[in-house]
Amino acid sequence: MIELKDVCKTYYIGDEIVYALDHASMEISEGEFVSIVGPSGSGKSTMMNIIGCLDTADEGEYILDGISIEDYSERELAKIRNKKIGFIFQNFNLLPKLTAEENVELPLIYQKIPHSERKTRVKQALERVELSHRMRHCPTELSGGQQQRVAIARALVTEPSLFLADEPTGNLDSRTGEEIMTLFHELHETGNTIVLITHDNHVADEAERKIFIRDGRVSEVTV
Amino acid sequence: MIFQSVKMAWHAVIANKMRTFLTMLGIIIGVAALIVLVSIADGATTSVTDQISDMGSSYLTVSITDDKENPLRLKEMQEFEDLEEIEAAAPVSHTSVTAKSGYTSGSMSLVGTTGSYARIMDLKLSSGRFLKNADVENNSNVVVLTGDTAVELLGRRDVEGESISLDGRSFLVVGILDDEDTSSASGMMAGGDSSGTTVSLEGYIPYSTMTRIADNILDITQFYASAVQEDTLESAEAELTEKLLERFREDEDAFSVVDRSEIMEAMESVTDTMSLMLGGIAAISLLVGGIGIMNIMLVSVTERTREIGIRKAIGAGRGTIMLQFLIEALLVSMMGCIAGIGASWGILRIADRIMGESMSFTMSVEVMWIAVIFSGFIGVVFGLYPANKAAGKKPIEALRYSG
Repeated sequence: MIELKDVCKTYYIGDEIVYALDHASMEISEGEFVSIVGPSGSGKSTMMNIIGCLDTADEGEYILDGISIEDYSERELAKIRNKKIGFIFQNFNLLPKLTAEENVELPLIYQKIPHSERKTRVKQALERVELSHRMRHCPTELSGGQQQRVAIARALVTEPSLFLADEPTGNLDSRTGEEIMTLFHELHETGNTIVLITHDNHVADEAERKIFIRDGRVSEVTV
Repeated sequence: MIFQSVKMAWHAVIANKMRTFLTMLGIIIGVAALIVLVSIADGATTSVTDQISDMGSSYLTVSITDDKENPLRLKEMQEFEDLEEIEAAAPVSHTSVTAKSGYTSGSMSLVGTTGSYARIMDLKLSSGRFLKNADVENNSNVVVLTGDTAVELLGRRDVEGESISLDGRSFLVVGILDDEDTSSASGMMAGGDSSGTTVSLEGYIPYSTMTRIADNILDITQFYASAVQEDTLESAEAELTEKLLERFREDEDAFSVVDRSEIMEAMESVTDTMSLMLGGIAAISLLVGGIGIMNIMLVSVTERTREIGIRKAIGAGRGTIMLQFLIEALLVSMMGCIAGIGASWGILRIADRIMGESMSFTMSVEVMWIAVIFSGFIGVVFGLYPANKAAGKKPIEALRYSG
């Protein structure tokens, strides 16, 4: 359900062309738990931006859920991100002025879902990450692990086709990191597709499958 | 969606209260200045036009400047009265005499006229009668006094049948005017408040008698004319002008016909220009307030780059972000506008109290709406650029931004 065919992304540094992604191809099917591993500067982030529809490829084809993501306007990309992708970031990226509940509610507001339905879905999502008792707290009043769980709730509330996690445990101590990984496993078991981007082999090992990326090339795919 | 955007904007606005207040201050001052200045100008206009209309506005004043060796005679007045649109025409001349009675003496201003004068000026008598045609024809020594003059000269109001001496001639008092109308009695811009502390002595005598006692008055150089109905004053003016042209051999410069409502119109256009000018100055300060909003919004957009990135990542489109910031700018300007209206209301109340009864300042609802619309307009116009800047941010770059 995710398919990249010969995807290229280039940048200019001075007059020199730098390939952030150099003819990268891969496939991820529905319900898979895949990790994309590579050192910093390998093109992981570019890969994530393209998979996450935050950016479009310069060359090649990216197919998400059977839709070819090319030549989409910014507005359409925003819609795809809203409905199909749940982001989980290293630094949580919660809005500091909003409560946990409001943070989780936000993507549903952008989907123009009516108030009562929003409330029940937000509640369910927060229950799923075991944070319903802290829903009225602001991110600053929550621990790192709790913040990341709010972020996961925000991702799963829209029931996306794809969870895209960028170093989700990078800012957490190992014990909370494990808790978060357990949560990912639970999500996976209930049939969700998860793409985990990390530089940490240890974390990457948790996935069913690892995709290595180096110098912009998808160099190795282990099943 | 709009409700959600307003809620979000509200959160952002109250998150930084001091900054929001300072930003609003520009709008508050602008709106308050606009409403206060225009309302004060309106108040002054009303007060001036009230004074003018108090003097009676529904008659024409004709002044003869060049009689072509053929001066107007008293009997010609009847010809003017015979015109279709003219109800009454009365010659007017002014002089000053020394009035004496058994008790006291003083300088008195006299108006020489005919019986039609009372109809034109709508004078009311408290006792006796006004001048009659017979008085004019017979050059009778009769006088009509204002109530105050009667009290001042003879010690009481009910003095019909008594005699007073004017410049040594004995005059019979035939009528006393009701005091309510005396403010218009002297005719010209007396600014008249007859209840004032100094009583000006005023009286009316037949025009023909006047020509005898005053050396310099002989022919009619000024007369008043009233229209059959107040709203036909313009056609009356046209008819009268035509008649006068005929009389003075088509010389437009020989006479002038002035409609008092024309003076009022001219006055109003002057004060309208004044309100417009004051309003314009206030509008400039409102504009400056708008620039303040834009400035702060730009800072805010930069500060919140990351927030914009997050919102975009989870699915806010360009339009949504744009709307959010636009509503924020609008909210600040409208809050400023409401505070400004409140402030101007307070200022006008204080001004009203200070000025007492001579002028009244009330907030004009019309100006208030103009202020509201103008503030809204400014909020949108000056919010548009920052909002567009926010909406145009690329999500990846915005997410990476560390400010």
